[in-house]
Amino acid sequence: MFGEGILKGLAETARNFFGSFVSAERLTTVEYPEQRIAPFEAARVFPFLVYDGEDPLAGLRCVACQICEKECPPQCIFIVKSSDKKPDFVGKPQNYPVRFEIDISVCMSCQICVEVCPFDAIKMNTEFELSTGDRFGGLLLNLDQLVKPNEYYHRIHPAGAAEVDARLAGEKAKAEEKAKAAAEAARAAAEAAQAKAASEAAAANTTGEAGAAKTTEGVGAAKAAEETGVAKAATGEAEAKAASDAAKAAAEVASQKQPDQEGRR
Amino acid sequence: MIARPLIETSDQVFVLLKEWLVGFLPASWQPAAGVVLCVAAIVGLFPVLFALTTVLERKGLGRIQNRIGPNRVGPLGLLQPLADGIKSLTKEDIVPASADRVVHFLAPLVLVVTVFMGFAVEPMGRNMVLVDVDAGLLFYFAMGTSTELAIFMAGWSSRNKYSLLGAMRAVAQMISYEVALLLSSVVVVMMAGSLSLTKIVAAQNQYTWGLPHWYIFTPWGLAGFLMYAIATTAETNRSPFDLPEGESELVAGYHTEYSGFKFALFFLGEYLAMFSISGLGATLFLGGWSAPFSFLTWVPSWIWFFSKLMLSIFVFIWLRGTLPRLRQDQLMNFAWKFVLPMTLLNLLVAALWRFLGEGWERWVFCTAILVVAYVVMARMEMRREHFGPRSYRYAE
Repeated sequence: MFGEGILKGLAETARNFFGSFVSAERLTTVEYPEQRIAPFEAARVFPFLVYDGEDPLAGLRCVACQICEKECPPQCIFIVKSSDKKPDFVGKPQNYPVRFEIDISVCMSCQICVEVCPFDAIKMNTEFELSTGDRFGGLLLNLDQLVKPNEYYHRIHPAGAAEVDARLAGEKAKAEEKAKAAAEAARAAAEAAQAKAASEAAAANTTGEAGAAKTTEGVGAAKAAEETGVAKAATGEAEAKAASDAAKAAAEVASQKQPDQEGRR
Repeated sequence: MIARPLIETSDQVFVLLKEWLVGFLPASWQPAAGVVLCVAAIVGLFPVLFALTTVLERKGLGRIQNRIGPNRVGPLGLLQPLADGIKSLTKEDIVPASADRVVHFLAPLVLVVTVFMGFAVEPMGRNMVLVDVDAGLLFYFAMGTSTELAIFMAGWSSRNKYSLLGAMRAVAQMISYEVALLLSSVVVVMMAGSLSLTKIVAAQNQYTWGLPHWYIFTPWGLAGFLMYAIATTAETNRSPFDLPEGESELVAGYHTEYSGFKFALFFLGEYLAMFSISGLGATLFLGGWSAPFSFLTWVPSWIWFFSKLMLSIFVFIWLRGTLPRLRQDQLMNFAWKFVLPMTLLNLLVAALWRFLGEGWERWVFCTAILVVAYVVMARMEMRREHFGPRSYRYAE
């Protein structure tokens, strides 16, 4: 009421002023370029792409499914899917991104791409010193700049990377088991077909000359079935419906030339 | 003890330097050359002090807020003002298309020139005054008041609502506090019996039991000094009275439309006004260039003047780091309902002090009157305030 509040405030600021010279814990400032704090594990800046093994392109987990591109709220991701395929970590043929670009001047670090990725291929980086003199090209990260080895992911997010690795190993084991089972099933089917063809041939022999052509056809079909089954078992490929999947994917490649994406660039 | 001639030489070193330099010229040129030299010294010294103060202020405010403050440019960040100066010089000078170009150009110049004029009458040491005007205080206030003109010129010529609002606020505030500033200084004139600043300092440059006769050590002087300090803070648009440039509502107030070097001139003008008004406060109440104890009179007089000045600047910075900004109506109420009545009462108290004569009675009576008035006015102010949830009379 009589100005003692002002005096109290002045005393407080004076305490701060002199205290900051004598007690180091008052000054919490970290003088950045010289002093640094290790980035927190939960820190997130911009996304990067994880690859396994030595070769970035062979080991890339991304299969160019374009879910992240579609989910990205500010639409900063641009992907061009490959027309051919390469085997992924379980050996299944998958597409891969021919171009994968993230415009970090648009990216808002929301981590939605990481949340939606079914392949654990895109993760958040903790690298934040990304300033550049070129504000157009320099802020558009291409595939070469985005790929980082799995070891790097382990280094920046140890807990998250361990969890992802465990999950991927489990998936791989399951896929191998399934492939083995599929191969068994295919062989059994081939044998059954051969047996059926043989019995049909026997029946045809009794009916006469007209059946001779049919018999050769049946034998051919049985042989083809056997061959595919053997091939599958040998390469350790996944489910029997993979062939139909691949056909679907090829159709998508044909239809993926989306005009709006071209216009966006 | 140091030898007497050495003391006198160190005290008068700048005066002797000036006389020595002027001695090279013919006798008829000497007075004019002396003035030019003094003006050059003032115009050179105070901008340097300004540069130093800006970096010290930023560092001090940082420390008050438990930060480090600028420390990148040069040792301890002391070359920061140099970097700021280069930056402001190389910036584009933008004049709004609809602005009154002439007035817009003149406003910062008028501000800086009028502020510099104030230094002319301030005694900065023994025999160190540019012009010893008999009505020095009057001259000073005449110059101090014309800074308001410069500020209003800036706000008006910019043709910008923020500039104009800032200028309106500035003028309202500065005129209100100008009254309090003058009235709080009048007590000194009453006691010293002169408007000449050198005579006012001379009146305070006496010692009893080793203690100086500074006016701040009397009840009316202390009250006058406090009122003066409040009024100067408002007059120089410093926090907590920095409404004219309230960033939160007015962008930057009257210098919203100024950029580059013109903005730097406004900045310079504000700090120079702070220096000059602090120097005047030191002259009026803190004994000008006189030493605080009689055994310290061997220290050169100009050192005392500038230490008092820098101490005032430190208090300005301290207040800025402590107090939040007032609201416009609070500011006006404070000026007209508290500071002005107190200064008027202080005039009466000073007269009473004069007529009670020497003795203990005047100390008791004068202190009692001022304290009672302060308590009563503070209570009345508080009673009028209605703190609590805001009530709306028409919107419900």
